[in-house]
Amino acid sequence: MRTYMPALALVLFLVASFDAHAVIEVRNFDDPAKQELYEEIINELRCLVCQNQNLAASNAALAKDLRRQAYEMIQEGADKSQIRDYMTARYGDFVLYRPPVKATTLALWIGPIVLLVVGIAIVVLVARRRGTVEELPEEERQQARKLLED
Amino acid sequence: MKGKLKFWLPAGIFVVLTVVLGIGLTLDPREVPSPLIDEPAPPFQLSRLSDPATSFAPADMRGKVWVLNVWASWCVSCRAEHEVLKVLAAEKLVPIVGLNYKDRPQDARQWLDRLGDPYELSVMDNDGRAGIDWGVYGVPETFIIDQQGTIRYKHIGPVDLPALTQVLIPKIKTLTQEASRSSVRRS
Repeated sequence: MRTYMPALALVLFLVASFDAHAVIEVRNFDDPAKQELYEEIINELRCLVCQNQNLAASNAALAKDLRRQAYEMIQEGADKSQIRDYMTARYGDFVLYRPPVKATTLALWIGPIVLLVVGIAIVVLVARRRGTVEELPEEERQQARKLLED
Repeated sequence: MKGKLKFWLPAGIFVVLTVVLGIGLTLDPREVPSPLIDEPAPPFQLSRLSDPATSFAPADMRGKVWVLNVWASWCVSCRAEHEVLKVLAAEKLVPIVGLNYKDRPQDARQWLDRLGDPYELSVMDNDGRAGIDWGVYGVPETFIIDQQGTIRYKHIGPVDLPALTQVLIPKIKTLTQEASRSSVRRS
């Protein structure tokens, strides 16, 4: 059984990588800068149907249409912010994997930092408390001594 | 004091987390708020399903409250919603326009023949471009547009009877009342 494992792993790996490439159509641009912009934008835009995928990875019909839209806009000379504006005008900030910083998205941006700071503070406090030995009040100390002596 | 904190701090964190996660459970992540609410209805000019030689544009509905319903013959939940739309159509409150989204016209016509047609008319958005302009991402979707051509409400997913009677119809009624009041003022 063990001898099959590497072969099995290889097969699984190949199947997985085929799958990743099979879903999305290839689009070629004459201008390498445009090609780069296209790849960049479809990696940054989120698919609304399968919400944890970007447009570049999604097989959904809508993702395909939005890739077509991005392709056409780039061919017509649109820049990144124009495409982003186009998408957010229709689908809202949700379509951006990197949402803009504003009142409604503030928790998204500073939430992790706040949690990190709170976490560090807790660790520091706990560690400090462990380091110090609490002094017993005089009264209790005498009591303890008495108990030990008896 | 310290003992109290030891009890109340975790208890407080627990309560806050429970409330936050509890609210999270009641939300549907598929419902993405549309930026198009209270915005003018995006224009399109599309051929009618029943007669491709004639076309329809949202501007044709100026002065009327109307409903745009995005549907397709391939959409499973549209079938359940279809019966509800027939109920709405029977009320004769507002015209329902169908946006037949990324469908084959012959399939769509067959679907209406077989299941009945609640739509005043349906237009064909075969390549989904009008759908993108309207921010459509999950069929079915239903929009209510007021007499000024502004989108006032959007329902994502199939409209069921409770949603129809408790949300959509009251919304439509207030909008039509608004419309008739303003037309009285104008005349």
